[in-house]
This record gives sequence, C-alpha cells and structure tokens, in this order.
Amino acid sequence: MFGKLTLSAIPYHDPIVMGAVVGSVLAGAAVLGLITYFRQWPVLWKEWLTSVDHKKIGIMYIILALVMLLRGFADALMMRAQQAMAMGASQGFLPPDHFNQVFSAHGTIMILFMAMPFLAGLMNIVVPQQIGARDVAFPFLNAVSLWLSVAGALLVMVSLGVGEFSKAGWSGYSPLTELEYSPDTGVDYWIWSLQIAGLGTLLSGVNFLVTVLTMRAPGMTLMRLPLFTWTTVFTNVLVIFSFPVLTAALALVSLDRYLGFHFFSNDLGGNMMMYANLFWTWGHPEVYIVILPAFGIFSEVVSTFSRKKLFGYTSLVYATAAIMFLSFAVWVHHFFTMGASAGVNIAFGISTMLIAVPTGVKVFNWLFTMYKGRVSLTTPMLWTIGFLTTFVLGGLAGVLLSIPPADYVLHNSLFLIAHFHNMLVPGTLFGFLAGYAYWFPKAVGFKLDETWGKRSFWCWLVGFYLAFVPLYMLGFMGMPRRMQHYDNPDWQPYLIAAGLGTLIIACGIGCMLVQLLVSFINREANRDVSGDPWDGRTLEWATHSPPAPYNFAVIPTVRDIDAFWDMKQRGEAFRPPAAYEAIEMPKNCAHGFLLGILAFLFGFAMIWHIWWLAVAGFLGLLAVVVARSMNDDTTEIIPAAEVARIEDLYFKRLAAAGRS
Amino acid sequence: MARKLSFACVVLTLLCAATFLQGCSELVLLNPKGPIGESERFLILTAFVLMLLVVLPVIVMSVWFPLKYRASNTKAAYEPEWSHSGKIEAVMWCIPLVIVLILSVLVWRYTHRLDPYKPIDPAAAQFRVDVVSLDWKWLFIYPEQGIAVVNELAFPARTPLSFQLTSDTVMTSFFIPQLGSQIYAMAGMRTRLHLLADEPGVYAGHNQQFSGAGYPTMFFAAKALSPEQFEAWTREVKKSPNTLDPARFEQLRKPSSGDPVTYFSSVSPDMFEYILNLYSPLDKVPGGGPGQGHAGQAQTGHGHP
Repeated sequence: MFGKLTLSAIPYHDPIVMGAVVGSVLAGAAVLGLITYFRQWPVLWKEWLTSVDHKKIGIMYIILALVMLLRGFADALMMRAQQAMAMGASQGFLPPDHFNQVFSAHGTIMILFMAMPFLAGLMNIVVPQQIGARDVAFPFLNAVSLWLSVAGALLVMVSLGVGEFSKAGWSGYSPLTELEYSPDTGVDYWIWSLQIAGLGTLLSGVNFLVTVLTMRAPGMTLMRLPLFTWTTVFTNVLVIFSFPVLTAALALVSLDRYLGFHFFSNDLGGNMMMYANLFWTWGHPEVYIVILPAFGIFSEVVSTFSRKKLFGYTSLVYATAAIMFLSFAVWVHHFFTMGASAGVNIAFGISTMLIAVPTGVKVFNWLFTMYKGRVSLTTPMLWTIGFLTTFVLGGLAGVLLSIPPADYVLHNSLFLIAHFHNMLVPGTLFGFLAGYAYWFPKAVGFKLDETWGKRSFWCWLVGFYLAFVPLYMLGFMGMPRRMQHYDNPDWQPYLIAAGLGTLIIACGIGCMLVQLLVSFINREANRDVSGDPWDGRTLEWATHSPPAPYNFAVIPTVRDIDAFWDMKQRGEAFRPPAAYEAIEMPKNCAHGFLLGILAFLFGFAMIWHIWWLAVAGFLGLLAVVVARSMNDDTTEIIPAAEVARIEDLYFKRLAAAGRS
Repeated sequence: MARKLSFACVVLTLLCAATFLQGCSELVLLNPKGPIGESERFLILTAFVLMLLVVLPVIVMSVWFPLKYRASNTKAAYEPEWSHSGKIEAVMWCIPLVIVLILSVLVWRYTHRLDPYKPIDPAAAQFRVDVVSLDWKWLFIYPEQGIAVVNELAFPARTPLSFQLTSDTVMTSFFIPQLGSQIYAMAGMRTRLHLLADEPGVYAGHNQQFSGAGYPTMFFAAKALSPEQFEAWTREVKKSPNTLDPARFEQLRKPSSGDPVTYFSSVSPDMFEYILNLYSPLDKVPGGGPGQGHAGQAQTGHGHP
C-alpha cells in the first residue's frame, strides 16, 4: 500500500533531526494559525494561491527563497559547528550519515531552492515593468512554474522528517548515487525535487525569454533594454539550453536506480565520467544563470545611486553575451584530475580564464559609473560596493583554479569551497539582496528600514571574510572538502575561526528579519507614494508602488536607454493621460496551485515506490492540464472607469504628498 | 613622497606575507617536498602576483570612487551624462586580455610539463606502485617486490615514482599534498600519476574525493625512505603471514573504515589487472585490456606523445 514507506522512516530516535522537524512544523502551524486568526484564508486563496499576477507570483517566489535561505543557512551552521569540533578524539555531534545529508542539502537548497526562486522572484516583479508590459507572455504558465518550484522545495523539506535526504553531495556523482552504494531513498528525494523544480525553471525560462522578445513597449529596442532585463535574457537562454541536460542526466540516473539500467554504474559498461560531463554541462552554465541577473541588478543600482548614466552600456551588453557563450565551453574544469590529456585540460583551462576578461570589463564599467557621479551610500549601494571589493578576490582564486596544474593540488580542497562561495555569496546573494532592498518598495509599497539593512550588510561582509579566508588557508594546508571528522590539529583553529564567521553572518540574517519587522511596523512613515522612491531611471519606477494589476494604465513610449529618466527630463512623468481605456487581463485560476500539489504527490510517490499514488498523481496532472486547456474563458476586462478610479486615487495621493 | 612611501609599504607587506607563507610549515602546498609540488607552487604564486596587478587597483578604486564622489561632496566633479570613453573601454578590455594571454602561455607550458601521466625522468628507472581504492581504505600493490600493503605507502626517496590507479568502489582521488598532483581512481579504469620525493620523510596522503560514510578515514602515511630503510621495510612486509589472492581480496573489499596497516608478504601476479577487470566483464583482455573512456585507454598513454 505505501511502497517502501513505513513508520521506521521517521527518524524519531535522532534528537537533532526531530528538533528541526518539530521546529519546522511549529513554524508552519504558527503561520496557518495566524492566517486563521486574522481570517485571511479567503484572501490567501483568491489573491495569492490562485493568482496569475506576475508581481504576486514574484513576491511568493521571494518568500520561498527567504524560507529556504534560513533552512540552507541552518545547514551551514551545523557543518561549521561540526568541523570546529570534530578533531581527533571528538566525533562532534553529527555522525557521518547525518553530516553527509547536511552538506548535500545545503548545496542543493542554496543553488536550486534559494538562488533560483530569488532570481525568479526578482525577474517576475521587475522584468515586465522594465519593458513597459502589463504582464508576462504566459501568465498561467508562470503560476505553474512557481508551484512546481514550491513542490520541489517541499519535497526537500519533507525529507527532513520522512526518510532522509541524499548523502552523495549536491552534485550527486555516480556511482555513489547508484543503488549499490546508496540504497535508501535520499538520492530519490534529490532526483525528484530537482526534476520537478527544474521543469518549473525551464518553463519560466521560456516564458520570460518570450516576454522580453515580444512584449516590449513601443520604442524599447533591444539596445535600450535596461541591464537587468538584458541579463535575464541571457540567463533564460542558458536555462533553456542547460536545464534539459540536467533533466536528461537525472532521468538516466533514475533509469539506473528504478529499472536496473547501467548508464553510470561501475559494471556492465556503465561510466561515471559520462555523468560528470552531463552534470557540469548543466552545472557550469547554472552558475552563470544565477550570477548574470545579479550583475544586472548591480548595473541598475550603481547607475541609480550614482545619479549617472551607466558607463559603457554597449560593452556591458556584449560582455554579458560573451560570458553566456563561454559558460558552455568550460565544464571540464570541474574535473581536470580525471585523467584527460594535457591538450584537453589546456583548452578548457584557457577557455575558463577567458571568462575573466568580460567579467573584468563589467567590473570596470561599474567603477566608471561611480566615477564623476553623485554616490549615495544606501543599502543597495553598500551591497554593490561590498560585492566589487570581495568578488574580485573570488575571481582571482577562480583563475588560479583554472590553471590545470594548480587545480591538481587545489581541486576538491577547502580552497575550492572558499572560491565558489566567494563568487556566489558576493556575486549572487549580495546582488539579490541589493535587488531585494532596491525593489522592495516597488513590490509592497513601502521602503525597508535603512539602519537595519546596513547592519545586516556589515555583519554579512565581516562574517563572510572571517568564514571564508580561513578556508582558503585550509586549502593550502591540504584539507579536503566534506570532512565529517579529521585528525590534523593544525586545521582546527582555522575551522573555529570560520565557525565564528558563520555566527556573524547569522547576525546579518537576524538583522534582515528584524529589518522586515521594523519596516512593516513603520510602513506608513516609509510609504512610497510616488512609485519612484529612488529617483530611478528605468520604466518600473513609472508605475505605482505596489503597481496596479495592469502596471501601466497607458503603455509608455520609449525614447532612450534610461526611459523613465528621459520622461522625467521631458516633464512627461507623473502626468495623468487624456483618457483611459478598458484593459484585458488574465483571470486568476486554481489550476497552477493544483498542479503543484499533484506534482508533489507524484514525486513523493515515486520516491517511496507507492505506485498507485504515482499513477494517480500523474493522471491527475494530465487531467488538470487538459481541463485548463479546455477553458477558453481565461481573461477578464478591467473597465475604463475602474482604471480611472485607481489612477485618480494615485494622483490624489501624489498631490497630497506635494509631488506632481 | 607620500605615494612612494605607501608604495614601499605595500611592497614590504607583500614581502612579509610571502615570507610568512613560506615559513608556515602548516601550509603544506607552499612547502612541497618534490619537483611536481615545487612547480605547482611556483605556478600558483606567479599567477597570484600577476593577477594582483589588476585586482589591487580595482579594490582601491571600488572604495575610493564612492568615497570621493559621495553625494555630500559637492566639490567633486559631476558629469551625469558622461557614459562612454573609447580610451577607457579599450584599456579595460585590453588589461584583462593581456594578463590572460600571459597566463595562457604558462598554462600551455606547465600543463604539458606537469601532466600527471608523464614520467618525471623517462631515462631513469621508475619505481612502480599500483594503487586501488576500496571502501574505505587504500591498497598498495608493489608488482616488482611482489608485496602489498593496506593503508601505508612506502617508497624510496629521490626515485621517480610511477603509479597506476583504479578503484574497487566509487570515484576517489589519490593525493599526497606535499608531493603534488592528485588523480582520480575509477572502477574498471586505469589512471596514472608520476611523483617524486626529494627527501626522506613521512607525508600525509588521503582521498580528496567524497566517497561515502567512511570517506574521512581514508588517510594514509606516505613514507619516503632511504634505500636502506626501504630494504628493511620490504623485509618487514615479507615476514607477514598474510598473502593476497582473489579469495583474500573478497574479504578485503568489504566496506570497513579505520583499518589498521596490514602487510601482505605475497600477492597474486596481475592482482591489479584482476581488480580492473572485475568491472569490465565484456572486455576481458589478459594483461589488462582497455576499460572505457579516455582514462581507461591510458594503457599506452593518452593520445599525446
């Protein structure tokens, strides 16, 4: 009846795991309780869970990302604590079985369930507004993408209390993930959470590429696109080309595990090297998928807060395009030590170094945007400067690793760990946090508290250096990654220092949560009446904060790169149009949410071999898709009078605030 | 004057840092005991200094520009429309390009020179050790001595070493940090590695590729011995009552961690090939046929002279 699932799958004997399970369940129950207490269920259902509005979908994506950031960071704290303790006679507090799950979950969560939803969220909120569109190309598909991502994340969370997560690392190298070496369901959780969320990502990649290519406002030529939108174009091209490779690789692993195939097994002609190649054919572009949009955010932020045009727009666009192409030509640098010939390693070493050229160009572009500007050191700008100073060090380490003989000694060491955190933390996370602070007023209508934002930034920056510089040193001391225990006393002081750094980062995350609370309490004082709190340059600042469902009552006409800045210069901004027209918008529907639930059930059933539920879940998915396709009544009309009412209210408030 | 002084300070700090790093024996990669490790250290430090040439100015600019052009400093120049300069853009494409060009030359030379598959001195006699990674221990087979050892690697110092490696479990990576390069060991496939220890000593060796529950226990002592010491060590191993044949190997390959150092006074001929062929039943060639893929075809080198 329940496949491999029995009561013994619940790790009730492990106090640490049970603590996490009880904590998560209580937090979830508290949220549900609050919703019930404030009678928000109808609102939640009508305005959020069934929404196809890209702004609301964006906000839900970011909530998912922040929740998963907490989970992934808890994993990081546990790893650093374990390594600070587990020297010599001490085994620490995590046995290998648990420690190996923790680092596997940390990597999987941070990349696929923190960075990806954060990116999708920012893209949802910002891109349609930046191009002067009222929605994305496929609003319903957008909701499907969101709920598939949630279903995947939910599977990872469930693995905490039902069974266990993968113990084979986030990259899941074969043959460790084969049935012979990982007979339990952990690897299956990893496979199905990635498959389901990956499908969501692929659909959203198609959606946003089509949106930008077909729905730009009149005059918004490609070479007038704001940089954030440009970077999402490149990112979505990478998504479309690389995610199917991951899907295929995981499908082959599934065939090995479920049907006894031998693609990546040790015996009968299987070959693990094929897996390594396939995984990194996706894995390396994936790094650029999460980092390019952050580059876009830095470009927007640096230009807005320097009150100056972006320096070298054209070379920034071409540099990003160059990175996009090169990112597909470097994957072998993840395994220089696999025995390839010198010629192969040289080719991939040099192609990897070449990426440093366009990346360096981008750094100079940002620097020269500040040059002769008027720089205000707001929170988003601090994240940007923190990024610039820190990221170049990570880049330096990256070029070192791209030299094959240097990689022969640094590969798989803590130096490597320090390197990629030094790229992804300042590069991706600082970027997304800058975007979070920058676009928060646009999405919810009031600004975030600056004091707590700055405190958070300084904790993150100091904590980052303290946590990762020791790891660089440990790499030179020959310490490999993923060690649950070690006997070398020389390593311990550095690991304790790294642990302290992680605690400082924890303070930074604490400050972020306080910031959210403080900002909410003071929301009236920080309300953004004009929709343009930073004196912005691009079109998203031309809408209300939060924007009306239709974003733009009248679609703007674009005449310059900084479209909204140009409108303000001409005195065309903040002016009511002569007349309003009725606007056709997509109607909310429950199908996306339902698909998410069914995908979760299907994944869960596949993991535990509950075949009847898997079949039912799959048929359910098909049924919902067919039902939705049969529905022709998917849009509704917002009458001109309603548009006029919303817009008049905005202009009244604007006048009351003394700006018009 | 101030500028010269600050330049002197920077140089001095760098020199101090370099001496500190060199003097720090804990930093084993910067304290190599063989020519491979030495070349790799040279390469890392050279590339590091080369890149500092561009990284340091960038860090300085990214702090200096926002301070100098801060909004409250109304005396600073302000050119809100200035957004293009052919000269600056040419320089900012060229500087990284030139550095990458220089590094590429280094990559070309050193990747050929330090190819793990290439014997260090083809003219000199090679000391052969066959390495097999097991769950979770190392088996070292000495084909010329006819002995085998678990979890301890002894070899003569100042003699070029020639390893061939395979795995009887998942992918692992064989690494002795102070001697230099690591290389993967994979089941059914043969990889190669060439190292040399310049001076006698005991160096830590381990598995650098995560391989499951017992992974953190896969440490071994790599002992570089004088010829006399090595003779004595060999005699010691030969006194052992244990012998290694396929039957004994079946016992050995069972997963276990923290195994004590074990000596085998004799070992079946072609034990390494036997283990290699456990995973290529479709392709059994006496004396070790090619496995699959490029690492497997390493029987006669790998596609370059």
